[in-house]
Amino acid sequence: MGLIYKILENSNKQIDTIYMATDIIIHDQKDNVGVVVIEKITPKQDCKCWIMENDSSANIQSMDEIPLGHKIAMVDLKEGDTILKYGHDIGKVVKPIKKGEHVHVHNVKTKKW
Amino acid sequence: MFTMLKLRSGNYMEIPKSFLGYKRENGRTGTRNHVIILPVDDISNACAEAVANNIKGTIALPHSYGRLQFGADLELHFRTMIGTGSNPNVAAVIVIGIEPKWTKKIVDGIAKTGKPVEGFHIERTGDIGTVMKASKKAQEFVMWASEKQREECPISDLWISVKCGESDTTSGLAANPTVGNLMDKLEPLGVHLCFGETSELTGAEKVCATRGATKEASDKFMKTWSAYNDFILKEATDDLSESQPTAGNIAGGLTTIEEKAFGNFQKIGNCKFVDVLEPAEEPKKGKGLYFMDTSSAAAECVTLQAAAGFNIHLFPTGQGNIVGNPIEPVIKLTANPLTVKGMGEHIDCDVSKILSREMNMSQAGDKLIETTLKVANGRLTCAEALGHREFVMTKLYRSA
Repeated sequence: MGLIYKILENSNKQIDTIYMATDIIIHDQKDNVGVVVIEKITPKQDCKCWIMENDSSANIQSMDEIPLGHKIAMVDLKEGDTILKYGHDIGKVVKPIKKGEHVHVHNVKTKKW
Repeated sequence: MFTMLKLRSGNYMEIPKSFLGYKRENGRTGTRNHVIILPVDDISNACAEAVANNIKGTIALPHSYGRLQFGADLELHFRTMIGTGSNPNVAAVIVIGIEPKWTKKIVDGIAKTGKPVEGFHIERTGDIGTVMKASKKAQEFVMWASEKQREECPISDLWISVKCGESDTTSGLAANPTVGNLMDKLEPLGVHLCFGETSELTGAEKVCATRGATKEASDKFMKTWSAYNDFILKEATDDLSESQPTAGNIAGGLTTIEEKAFGNFQKIGNCKFVDVLEPAEEPKKGKGLYFMDTSSAAAECVTLQAAAGFNIHLFPTGQGNIVGNPIEPVIKLTANPLTVKGMGEHIDCDVSKILSREMNMSQAGDKLIETTLKVANGRLTCAEALGHREFVMTKLYRSA
């Protein structure tokens, strides 16, 4: 199941923590993109996502190869849509993006200039 | 079944209420006990360095400016010099300048703290005579300072500044929010906190403005940011889209300046800032978070924050910035496992396990608090052990 049990020693008190490795981290429940945190994900890979804000989980199938630190679309996005990360506006979609595709400078631009 | 099990809600550890610091004459507390040799101007560097070489346990702070400056730029120079000497991490100061007048102005400014300070000017004496006189006084100061003992001080005596550098997506995901978690936990305990980097809040400026504790603070922030933005629009030959984010940021997955800014902004957690400070300006409104108008260049920013009186610095990094400061210990943290692996000698606090979910944000925040207190109590930072003493004056415009 991928569940790992771990005891963390912290400040002389033992903390029981159950954690599960993740492929993608999403900052905020409202975000429509996630960040790849493993070396890379490959097309058609079933990825585990962790939503940090409320410590919940989700799944997504990738469409592209996406390297560490780069973003994946969590939903279908059309031209003019706003990308939300940290729960905030970080730019606009300039080319339609399908759920699971790579989100970066080729399909998203700043609204700043 | 995927949720993190917590034995207690919120904090995983009890935050210590005190640390061991050096009490100063003006009531402030230092995390270090430096005796510094402070050159007023560029041409006095050689003299200052000769004194620091003669007298062990002293540190010279060479820099590149201090001649023919005027107006607000000169005021900032004096504020940075006097603030650096006045920082509670400094026990005593030797000031060396070419001319008597500016040297005395800096000595008089530092003397207001009550700490030992003495000035020497080189004109009519020359380097050798000045080095001899200043060395005798420096020896006296350093031997006096070496008797100082650390005493138990309340955690509220910590003045913590923050700045991030060489950022990548792991900064915004984990290292910066770890600093934010620390701020959320320490702010109620009465510490002073400071963030800066006016340029790298572009894109998040409106959201940042809403974090002012008062309307005055919010308005002051927007005025400061707008002044910066006007300067960029006036000076830039194109917009900043080629520089912000940088090619390195983009390779690391950052797409827009807004994304970078919101990553940066994670460092203040849920805190609200009580005031907006000029570069190197000492906070005057009591405990809490302050925003300082600074460059986003690491050494310039930390130098200004140290000159404002901050006594310990937290520096989250992605790709691995290596900056240090001569008087304010700079603690590095990173969440990038490749940075830990490749340049671990620069990393004081490794929070890369956040990305693999072996650690949550609250645990990372606790780990950073532990590291911060160890360093406050005297443990050397990586940057101190490696000899990083970057002291860089901010220059507002060219000299006369």
